[in-house]
Amino acid sequence: MTHVKPSSARLRLRFTRRFLLGTASVLTLLTAWVVLTMVTGTISTSRFPSPLQFWQSAKQIVTVGYADATLVGHALHSTRLVVIGFAVAVGIGVPLGLLMGWSRRAEALINPAFLVIRPIPPLAWIPLAILWLGLGDAAKIMVIFFAAFVPAVINTFTGVRAIEPPMIEAARMLGTGRWRLLIEILLPAAAPMIFTGLRLSLQASWTTLVAAELVGALAGLGRVLNMAQQDIYPAMVMVGMAAVGGLGWATTRLLAEVERRAMPWLPG
Amino acid sequence: MASPSQRPPSKLEVFVLGFIGLAGFVGLWLAASTSGYVPRQFLPTPFDVLARAIHLLTSPFAGATLPVHLARSLERYACGVALAAAIGVPLGLAMGWYRWLDDIVTPVFDGLRFIAPIAWVPFAALWFGTGIGGPIMIIFSGAFPPCLISAYRGARFVDSKYIEAAQMLGTSNLRTVAEVLLPASFPSIVAGLRVGAGLGWQSLVGAELIVASAGVGYMMVQGQSNISTPTVMAGMLAIGLVGLLIDVALRQMEARVRRRRGLA
Repeated sequence: MTHVKPSSARLRLRFTRRFLLGTASVLTLLTAWVVLTMVTGTISTSRFPSPLQFWQSAKQIVTVGYADATLVGHALHSTRLVVIGFAVAVGIGVPLGLLMGWSRRAEALINPAFLVIRPIPPLAWIPLAILWLGLGDAAKIMVIFFAAFVPAVINTFTGVRAIEPPMIEAARMLGTGRWRLLIEILLPAAAPMIFTGLRLSLQASWTTLVAAELVGALAGLGRVLNMAQQDIYPAMVMVGMAAVGGLGWATTRLLAEVERRAMPWLPG
Repeated sequence: MASPSQRPPSKLEVFVLGFIGLAGFVGLWLAASTSGYVPRQFLPTPFDVLARAIHLLTSPFAGATLPVHLARSLERYACGVALAAAIGVPLGLAMGWYRWLDDIVTPVFDGLRFIAPIAWVPFAALWFGTGIGGPIMIIFSGAFPPCLISAYRGARFVDSKYIEAAQMLGTSNLRTVAEVLLPASFPSIVAGLRVGAGLGWQSLVGAELIVASAGVGYMMVQGQSNISTPTVMAGMLAIGLVGLLIDVALRQMEARVRRRRGLA
């Protein structure tokens, strides 16, 4: 624990150490992976793939394809569904949250009905979505919608409610109209909370989509995982997981970049 | 607050509006399922769902009654969350105390964090089977990150004067972690446990939809393949209610901890 402000030399030392230890840690794990699966055989490759198998499976799905499509095809399919479901949920959820935050009466009217839907975990909608809409894209979009809708509403609502009343009173005293108040006061002031909601929505969208595709799908990364599980093909399972993680990371980064540009007044 | 020109609605008004909202919701649902445009088999009325839920309390479906399915789910859930807390909290505290441990674990943790818990399902089934082990691993992977992160943050933001005081008195590392860091970061840990418990419950549902052979999620999948929409909806009701109860209980625990610390 440092209680004195560290000097820049100490800080640099600390970063170097952090980098070295981090690299060493990852390298050790990778080496252990190679040695345990390929040299000593301590870990059976029928349960956990070797790096070589991982590489071969990755090559297979990228060039030849697996479960009826290449990796890019599956990834595009999943991404498209996440984008559609997320966009619909945010397009309805954020305005609804704004309305509920702005008007106590709208809140009183909508909240009890919303509270009925809210505690149901997104994944619990999957069987119902399959019953209603089958295994196609529509069922996935429905499930993603419910996953992304709840955090979008709650956080937008909280963001509007947290605005200090004097800010709104000042704007009103200056004769600001309703639309300008919404665009220039409410939205910017609630923006940090709205983006927190969007981040949670996006994560929930990915998780739910993967689960929905695992339960049953015609294409997508979850289907790759599902097929690989049925074929008892651990290396392909790992490739699927890596793709899920990579895409989840990429979309989160993308949203963070949007957030940074949308709110240039915030530090960092 | 937001619109100061508005008179805030009275309690009665809030109650009446809420009632109208709920009645509208239930009314629309009833109208849709009795109108005949949608087959009633696919959209049962709210009363059909309630009747089905009550029926399931005593008569078995998919091998067990609803309470037995719930008990099986809760058993796995408790094991998974307990495991996540038992590993995540000590590891998080230690990472907050020992910088080198932080430096070693963080890159690995960050690399795995973006993999959705549910994506572990194939490995969970392969390694631990579909009985109790597989679902526990999924619940664990859902509940673990919040446990670790909250303990870590709690330990990192402990007021340094407590640590200095302990160190000045010659307290050993282990005792400092156990007797200074752990109590000081307790509110943060409890908050993390609550988040973890929520995510664990969600992961449980997912795990049971895919790999289980009992539990509420399994009951819902069976209901789905038998085209028994009331069963599926009764399962959603049960999952929602239990999840709500868990959340309320943990929120109260958190509030109590915060009050005792004079934080609230």
